[in-house]
Amino acid sequence: MNAPDRRAALEGVGDSRLRKEDARFIQGKGNYVDDMKLPGMLHMDIVRSPLAHARIKKIHKEAALAIPGVYAVLTADDLKPLKLHWMPTLAGDVAAVLADTKVHFQMQEVAVVIADDRYIAADAVEAVEVEYEELPAVIDPYKALEPGAPVLREDLAGKTEGAHGKREHHNHIFTWESGDKTATDAVFASAPVTAKEHIVYPRVHPCPLETCGCVASFDPVRGELTTYMTSQAPHIVRTVVSMLSGIPESKVRIVSPDIGGGFGNKVGVYPGYVCAIVASIVLGRPVKWVEDRIENISSTAFARDYHMDGEIAATREGRILGLRVNVIADHGAFDACADPSKFPAGMFHICSGSYDIRAAYCQVKGVYTNKATGGVAYRCSFRVTEAVYVIERLVDILAQQLGMDKAEIRAKNFIRKEQFPYKSPFGFEYDSGDYHRGLQKVLDACDYKGLRAEQTAKRADPNSPTLMGIGLVSFTEVMGAGPSKMCDILGVGMFDSCEIRVHPTGSAIARMGTISTGQGHQTTYAQIIATELGLPSELIQVEEGDTSTAPYGLGTYGSRSTPVAGAAIAMAARKIHAKARKIAANLLEVGESDLDWEIDRFKVKGDDARFKTMKDIAWAAYNQPPAGLEPGLEAVHYYDPPNFTFPFGIYLCVVDIDRGTGETKVRRFYALDDCGTRINPMIIEGQLHGGLTEGYAVAMGQQMPFDAQGNLLGNTLMDYFLPTAVETPKWETDHTVTPSPHHPIGAKGVAESPHVGSIPTFTSAVVDAFAHLGVRHMEMPHSAYRVWQQLQQSGVAL
Amino acid sequence: MSKKLIRVKVNGKMVEKAVEPRMLLVHFLREECNLTGAHIGCETSHCGACTVDLDGQSVKACTHLAVQCDGSEVLTVEGLAQGGVLHAVQEGFYKEHGLQCGFCTPGMLMRTYRLLQENPNPTEEEVRAGISGNLCRCTGYQNIVKAILYAAAKLREPQKEAA
Repeated sequence: MNAPDRRAALEGVGDSRLRKEDARFIQGKGNYVDDMKLPGMLHMDIVRSPLAHARIKKIHKEAALAIPGVYAVLTADDLKPLKLHWMPTLAGDVAAVLADTKVHFQMQEVAVVIADDRYIAADAVEAVEVEYEELPAVIDPYKALEPGAPVLREDLAGKTEGAHGKREHHNHIFTWESGDKTATDAVFASAPVTAKEHIVYPRVHPCPLETCGCVASFDPVRGELTTYMTSQAPHIVRTVVSMLSGIPESKVRIVSPDIGGGFGNKVGVYPGYVCAIVASIVLGRPVKWVEDRIENISSTAFARDYHMDGEIAATREGRILGLRVNVIADHGAFDACADPSKFPAGMFHICSGSYDIRAAYCQVKGVYTNKATGGVAYRCSFRVTEAVYVIERLVDILAQQLGMDKAEIRAKNFIRKEQFPYKSPFGFEYDSGDYHRGLQKVLDACDYKGLRAEQTAKRADPNSPTLMGIGLVSFTEVMGAGPSKMCDILGVGMFDSCEIRVHPTGSAIARMGTISTGQGHQTTYAQIIATELGLPSELIQVEEGDTSTAPYGLGTYGSRSTPVAGAAIAMAARKIHAKARKIAANLLEVGESDLDWEIDRFKVKGDDARFKTMKDIAWAAYNQPPAGLEPGLEAVHYYDPPNFTFPFGIYLCVVDIDRGTGETKVRRFYALDDCGTRINPMIIEGQLHGGLTEGYAVAMGQQMPFDAQGNLLGNTLMDYFLPTAVETPKWETDHTVTPSPHHPIGAKGVAESPHVGSIPTFTSAVVDAFAHLGVRHMEMPHSAYRVWQQLQQSGVAL
Repeated sequence: MSKKLIRVKVNGKMVEKAVEPRMLLVHFLREECNLTGAHIGCETSHCGACTVDLDGQSVKACTHLAVQCDGSEVLTVEGLAQGGVLHAVQEGFYKEHGLQCGFCTPGMLMRTYRLLQENPNPTEEEVRAGISGNLCRCTGYQNIVKAILYAAAKLREPQKEAA
């Protein structure tokens, strides 16, 4: 075979290779948690609070225990002797496993029942009677901070020092800040133009199609615990389980099997997991717990709920001078936000966006309310969605105030290509970017001028049945958490890992510390190895998710798989490559420096006929390694990234709003992404489609509404908006490639960009439709009813 | 609870089981028949992950009782491939990257299987309407639509030859 054919045969980096995981999924042979069936397995179900804030007076178990097939009813009192009625959270707080004297949110876990099957367990849940004394609920995070607000966390009484500094109020969790306040205030004091807006990012839920669950199996004879779990981070879960249970980590095995979507929802450790494990230990039998949809939406990790006051300062010509953002963050009843330990607001300080801003400051105040816990990164790196939303809204608002075009103000303020690596006012070092090129490409592809001309004509026509809006957004993400000097989870650095073993016959297995929730790791990771080692992708198995076989890794969330684990793969492969060179030199009887690497082989310089392929070398590694070299061909690498990666994109959206109904039709959505080196274009495009659709869902309909008593008013798929194929727009994707200079293969990560970038684009488009009427901001979600209200208010409803 | 004996033909094989009258079809398939392809994503008939074919109609197995299916024929995703050869709808989803996490996939495939019998030559809009009872959180549907059009074209091929 000639070189191009040999390269193509590898199906390496850049190849739109079909997915290896599909064969099992299309034949109903996936292996999800609820598919597990262990001998003697029992089923657990959860008694939940109907009230958002109440004291528990008494729990009556007797009727439930009297049902044939019910084995146990466990409450906080039963967990107390094990010290498991509370558990530590990733954010340095504690969370109730089962409500201890008080419930703090509707649907909080109060008791669990364990029974022969899920029907009997459900009967038993109905039979458990709980007496409550209702307390006033606090739903509004601003009211939570009022002096006379009800005390939510009595367990924290007298605790003035939180995990992130001083607590100033009984419902206050932390205050976190970044940037230079003094310099920023000075810029605002003298700036010719300032704009200000209160911007609410509503509480939403990631809502993967598979809910959370586990099968816990404790072997009392061996003292070993195996738990199959819907976890995006099985290794850290093992560490936590070991710390909580006292079982040595070597006897705890956490397995994340196939996972039906995560989107941040499956990062945390939920009470259901802990209770199933306890139940299995107590009863000596495997225990399965799988939540239903209502439980999933009501009680597992939500996202967002950021109430942001943003201000932007600029010259009259539209040069941005300063940015100031103050946030009240509603974290719910326990601070169980999943962020790197030192960053209680995640990477919110990416909020200076794609712009060269000299002075910036942000402050985030975390607050307790009577709502479920969470604050996870719903298909984004930690709090980046909120950050991108606030800066993009502010830039639009500033442009409108100055009478400037959205594209012009962005081009004017972009960090220029030659400024990279760029130090942001919040201290990030952006690795690489070329924002102007991307913007121009999008404007040309969509005929931006033509669109504006059409819009002007429509606005001039009083009989136009629709209002036309054009949204334009430029975003910079921060992915790949992260350098362990900055980022850790419970003290464990946020590196990731890969172990590769090349077998004697030239096939290989790679084991990873991450876990796919649909991203196609088994396909793409193999491609990296194929290119690095010259072995066909088809011969490379990728395994992840089983803590007893995979090396320790921090898991998959925050788009960290490619930036961190992808780098670990390349580095592990390069260790193997270095050894292979020694073996090849020995086989060819030349010096190592006399060899050239070409696709799948080492060649003697200047002599194409003398070579050894990686396959030859693999055999030799087990058969005749050079003197002084260990046999075998394998390597492990733990990759601690030197920096984050900073993918970016430019998105444009055109909407037509029906003046009669308020319905918004997305006419066109053009997404240009730059994620650096592209490993599998087919998979990238699929990730973009998915992320854009989730962004559409958030912008146009998702919201978790609460009434004054703390009742969640929409917790089924009847109420909570998941778009169907009918309303989902058609997506156009495009790209530029600006590799990351510090990543071994230049890749930056991609799956979350479309979610992060599209949400402000939809808002930008919807608001733009009303811009000529003086409207500068509208809150999400842009449902037909809300938009119709705006039509009424602006006097343009038909 | 007293049980009722039912006989259901599942993927061509007769299954005879005594089940509680309240047992859902999806649990009957998953727990009693060990066919875990059909998934449970909600309990309100919205997500369609549990879609199976019941006597020639797409149904959501999470809101059908097993006893209602006594004497019926059920086809699940496990019954699509024949003799080790993938059905055209399976091939389409593979070739066009119509799945990611795979959780909605069995339901999507079963809905597609029926949709293409109801309408062998659908337009893109008809495909979108035809699968609107099945939710996917990963793909944004664009490649699912492509996959279904691929399968439709493939399924029409033999007829073309016959003509």
